[in-house]
Amino acid sequence: MSPLSTLTPLTVKKPSPARNRLHGGARYAPTLATVGLFTAMFAVGAGMYPSFLSGQVFLNLFIDNTFLIVLAVGMTFVILTGGIDLSVGAVVALSMMVSATLLQQGWNPGAVIVLVLLIGGGLGLLMGLIIQYFDIQPFIVTLAGMFLARGLCYVISLDSIPVNEPFFTGMAQAQIPLPGDLFVSPGVLLALGIVAVAFFILHHTRFGRTIYAIGGNEHSAMLMGLPVKTTKILVYALSGLCSAIAGILFSFYSLSGYSLAAQGMELDAIAAVVIGGTLLTGGTGYVLGSVVGVLVLGIVQTFIAYDGTLSSWWTKIVIGGLLLVFILLQRLFARKAA
Amino acid sequence: MKSLLKHRLAWPVIALAALLLLNQVFRPDFLSLRMQDGHLYGSLIDIMRNGAPTILIALGMTLVIATRGIDLSVGAVVAIAGAASCAYIAASPDPGSPATAAMAVLIAVIAGLVLGVWNGFLVSAIGVQPIIATLVLMTAGRGVAQLITGGQIVSVSNDHYKSIGAGYLFTLPISILITAAVFALAAVLTRRTALGTLIEAVGINPVASRLAGLRSRNIIWIVYIFSAVCAAMAGLMISSNVTAADANNAGLYIEMDAILAVVIGGTSLAGGRYTLVGTVVGAFIIQTLTTTVYTLGIPPEVTLVFKALVVITVCLLQAPKARNLLSRLNAASKPAAEEAAKEKVAI
Repeated sequence: MSPLSTLTPLTVKKPSPARNRLHGGARYAPTLATVGLFTAMFAVGAGMYPSFLSGQVFLNLFIDNTFLIVLAVGMTFVILTGGIDLSVGAVVALSMMVSATLLQQGWNPGAVIVLVLLIGGGLGLLMGLIIQYFDIQPFIVTLAGMFLARGLCYVISLDSIPVNEPFFTGMAQAQIPLPGDLFVSPGVLLALGIVAVAFFILHHTRFGRTIYAIGGNEHSAMLMGLPVKTTKILVYALSGLCSAIAGILFSFYSLSGYSLAAQGMELDAIAAVVIGGTLLTGGTGYVLGSVVGVLVLGIVQTFIAYDGTLSSWWTKIVIGGLLLVFILLQRLFARKAA
Repeated sequence: MKSLLKHRLAWPVIALAALLLLNQVFRPDFLSLRMQDGHLYGSLIDIMRNGAPTILIALGMTLVIATRGIDLSVGAVVAIAGAASCAYIAASPDPGSPATAAMAVLIAVIAGLVLGVWNGFLVSAIGVQPIIATLVLMTAGRGVAQLITGGQIVSVSNDHYKSIGAGYLFTLPISILITAAVFALAAVLTRRTALGTLIEAVGINPVASRLAGLRSRNIIWIVYIFSAVCAAMAGLMISSNVTAADANNAGLYIEMDAILAVVIGGTSLAGGRYTLVGTVVGAFIIQTLTTTVYTLGIPPEVTLVFKALVVITVCLLQAPKARNLLSRLNAASKPAAEEAAKEKVAI
């Protein structure tokens, strides 16, 4: 008997699943649970408030959270590789400040948007380079990035700057009609377009497969000859770019720039990604799950707005509770799979 | 001299000394201390007093990080502890009495204890990654604090309570003395008993230490409880210093400052090696930075940018790869490069 044939049955019998990854059917379970939760919350809302069950309430979840969807997309990429990006909220604020200031000085909106995207992407790229080449934890580097971006906001201005530029106000007020008296904002289409592109990148390109491979086991990915370094750097650049886009979308939404805006938004983005079924250890998760995660956060806020008697801090408590439930669910699935 | 420079505390201490010197150059009376009304006054005392909550939290964070964990919830614990104690004082029949103040302190410490048990439960009993487990409390905690205060800033007038953050004892601010006591306690417990070694063992390899017969679960549990109690005491200091509980802003981003202090001090986020003294030096660096910004007349808006640049510089200087590069650039002798390579392997 050759050594090879004795080895083969062994590997077949003992697929050694890493403790932190989900396999087989369990792979979809957390995301399906999120979808189930969202449906259940919507049903409960419809039962409690007659006006809840309307297409527009559903679409408003997208309209009010376009920026968070885009942020969550970028964050999903980073978390899939096993990293984290704490700078996203600050980069959103920086993008808003830069665009509001430059628009006030009469810059062309197209040029402003290009510049903002360059700044966001550049900042992300810089953080990625430091993480990769100096071997410092993503947590610390992106934390410094957060300080830097937030600090630059303060340097630009401490006041809220209004945006009166026609293109931006046009985007803020534009409504794209849908059949049945419904409408969405142009931002929603842009955000959904980004989700589609991200889905394509993650599941149909080499870059996407490499991201999953790095999250699964970085060392193995390196030994397989995958471009681990480049991919890890690009992931942070992508997240920075997404943050800049989210900043522009938030400018469309709020028509102002304020240095304290989007504080703690990085937490919302991380929460959406985790609730959407992506494991923070990397390697398992779906960008579509993150979108549903954002919708769940949105519906919590809608609930509290509909109720009227609940104070705003219940949002935080409920989001924390949901995070807890999903983390425990993930543990359960991971144990079963192992 | 060379061996001194290789000491793990060398760079943090040099950075702190440089910062202090920079201040002294721009403000010649910076390092001087004077007595006034029987209290010590001076910039150094201010730095220590303002830095006390951060140091306290960073001490707890050091032990958590030494076990390969992280505690993101300390800011929320600060808010909850402050909210609980101030809400108790405001609602008590005799808001000015020492008994009320003592009870408020007890409530805050118990709140910290409970929250620490909760974090420890998630991490060690359920086995959730520390960063996510504490993220839950970080997100929900501020909501809970707002729930306690009813969304308002609860201000109290109790002189005994106020003295925790703003009072003096033996010419020194009480907050400094509390912090020093906690530091001494932590240092003795971890360096004069086996606890420190056990914590390092868990951080270096949790599985191996469990197989070696350590109750690693309990040790992990203990460090999260310690961290949360430290945060609760810091919450007492912060709320008593302004005699009010602000659920939204008390201890905002203090977890970030504490983690930075730990990292700047030379404790590796990968767990295992840790240094409490380094953490204190790191916390002083952060606090001195803030003071430096005022001394140099830099507009306060720029503080954060300044802080970001310093953090990045210090982290880069500490990164093994950067040190490697530096020693190569200096055309250093072979042994130095080998030493750096060895260090990398050890990590």
